[in-house]
Amino acid sequence: MAHKEPHPDHDLIQGEWTEKTLVEKLLEPVEKPAPRPWRVVVAVGAALTLAWLYAIFVTFVKGLGTWGINQPVAWGFDIVHFVWWIGIGHAGTLISAILVLMRQNWRDSLNRVTEAMTFFAILAAATYPLIHMGRPQLFYWVMPYPTHMALWPQYKSPLSWDVLAIMTYITISTLFLYLGLIPDLALLRERSRGFRRKLYGWLSLGWTGNAVHWQRYRAVYVLLAGLATPVVISVHSVVSMDFAYGLVPGWHLTVFPPFFAAGAIYSGFAMALTLIIPLRKWYRLEGVITERHLDWMAKVTLASGLGVAYIYLLEIFIAWYAGEPAEWAQQLWRMTGPYAPYYWAMMLINVVLLQTLWFPRFRRNIAWLFVFSILANVGMWLERFVIVVISLSHDFLPGNFQLYYPTWVDWTLFLGTIGFFLFGLSLFIRIFPPIAVAEMVHLFHRLRKH
Amino acid sequence: MLYGLMAYFDAPEKLLAALRTLKAQGYRRLEALTPNPVEGIEEVLGGDGRIPWIAFALGVLGVGLGLFLQIYTTLDYPHNAGGKPLLGWPAFIPVTFELTILTITVGIFLFLLYMNGLPLAAHPAVQAKEYVRVLLDEYGIFVYASDPKFDLEGTKALLWELGAEVEEVRRG
Repeated sequence: MAHKEPHPDHDLIQGEWTEKTLVEKLLEPVEKPAPRPWRVVVAVGAALTLAWLYAIFVTFVKGLGTWGINQPVAWGFDIVHFVWWIGIGHAGTLISAILVLMRQNWRDSLNRVTEAMTFFAILAAATYPLIHMGRPQLFYWVMPYPTHMALWPQYKSPLSWDVLAIMTYITISTLFLYLGLIPDLALLRERSRGFRRKLYGWLSLGWTGNAVHWQRYRAVYVLLAGLATPVVISVHSVVSMDFAYGLVPGWHLTVFPPFFAAGAIYSGFAMALTLIIPLRKWYRLEGVITERHLDWMAKVTLASGLGVAYIYLLEIFIAWYAGEPAEWAQQLWRMTGPYAPYYWAMMLINVVLLQTLWFPRFRRNIAWLFVFSILANVGMWLERFVIVVISLSHDFLPGNFQLYYPTWVDWTLFLGTIGFFLFGLSLFIRIFPPIAVAEMVHLFHRLRKH
Repeated sequence: MLYGLMAYFDAPEKLLAALRTLKAQGYRRLEALTPNPVEGIEEVLGGDGRIPWIAFALGVLGVGLGLFLQIYTTLDYPHNAGGKPLLGWPAFIPVTFELTILTITVGIFLFLLYMNGLPLAAHPAVQAKEYVRVLLDEYGIFVYASDPKFDLEGTKALLWELGAEVEEVRRG
């Protein structure tokens, strides 16, 4: 053992650190006063959340007539945004779960904030089906419970699969996030006083760091990662089947499950980049979220985006090759009808601009990466709009063709969920460390001392 | 009242060596406290091989629950949905899958807490003044005063010899 090769992932933690200084750095967002941009984000988020609550109140009091939905576009912004938010949630679980299984060390800097992103994105998504039911107070009818009407949910319908898939997903991602937090909560408990100490004490469940406990904890963590991975894929596949089971032209495609899963990974990684780039800058986390991390995230975005782009082209081919007149008319309506600008904007972002990520020059340009990550989310929003609204507005009968006009309630509900998402996330990183401290210290130990 | 002795080591290798020595000398009531998982601790303190089997059993339970729910509700309220067979099993796959995962996830999480004795309101080692170090960058061994081999001066000397900083942990 004369010469020791540096660990291949040595530069995942850059700069001179000891365990103590690293922990101080990682706990800064929780223990030090918040930087000014944080206050701005919280204020904007809180204002939009209030507007969101008002829009929900209007919906409940006056009913769904306040929304732009009608025949034939009975699924409007609510379903567009449900699918959009669920998709955004997926990257968090993927980063945490799949990369654990593949033993990718670079996940350790990213998993906590992306899991929190997942948590708030699913909450935002889950409100849409609840409020668009028309009689939201009867939401529990989708659950299997013995009723006086002797009715049960219909389990051959993708809509009831959806209920179980989303609920399983919320449960598993919350447990996964919480399990990862427990050791950090114990550390915070020992470092704080007063009410915070009590709070962290309760939440950490009395974790002491017992080595035998750690062994079981790791086993369960890896197991949950292994279980979360297929759940992620299944959730968006089930969401896509809500569409693919219908006969509407533009929906009735067997390629929908992989199409939606690829889109989810793409938009999720884009949203993760949108959040991580400012977080890294405002909290000066360049040493632990390095350019290499961003580069890899950009590569995953590119790979999943290429899957999406491929299926866009495949959709056109299928519509033409199948020779089904309604399908082909739908395809032409997308390209040339009144919604054509949306369709072509989607193509421009998700097919053309995406190609820039092939080049290291663009991938390493953080400003471009940030702009592109926002554009990619817009692109994925447009994709959901194309699938839901454009398909519905042009079905089989010309007498049915109608355009969709969202109302101010629709827009407020949308902006409101964005506000809620930002508000929740910013409070989260103020109370819980946005980077998994115990895992980073473990990684540091492995990289520098072995 | 003396709870025990807390020994701090600065490397996991030293912790493992010390644990082996203590075990060899007949100490039984001790705990290793570490900031992160330590490789090779199973060989010294014994591993726990139950988790995969429990997860498997929970999975079987989940499959059963999922299929039972769907078959029972379908037979209880038979309904012709688009000409599909009454018990069309391919349509039952998604719900069965989700309920399987849900059962394993919730069950294994609760079982982890049970195995680790959590939630725990108080632990004597936490009373150590320097306790936070074992959550940060040091590897600790807590030897309970109730251990039959425990002898304040002797055990302290032994832990020193093994390269530790030692702290007496008392109530208050």
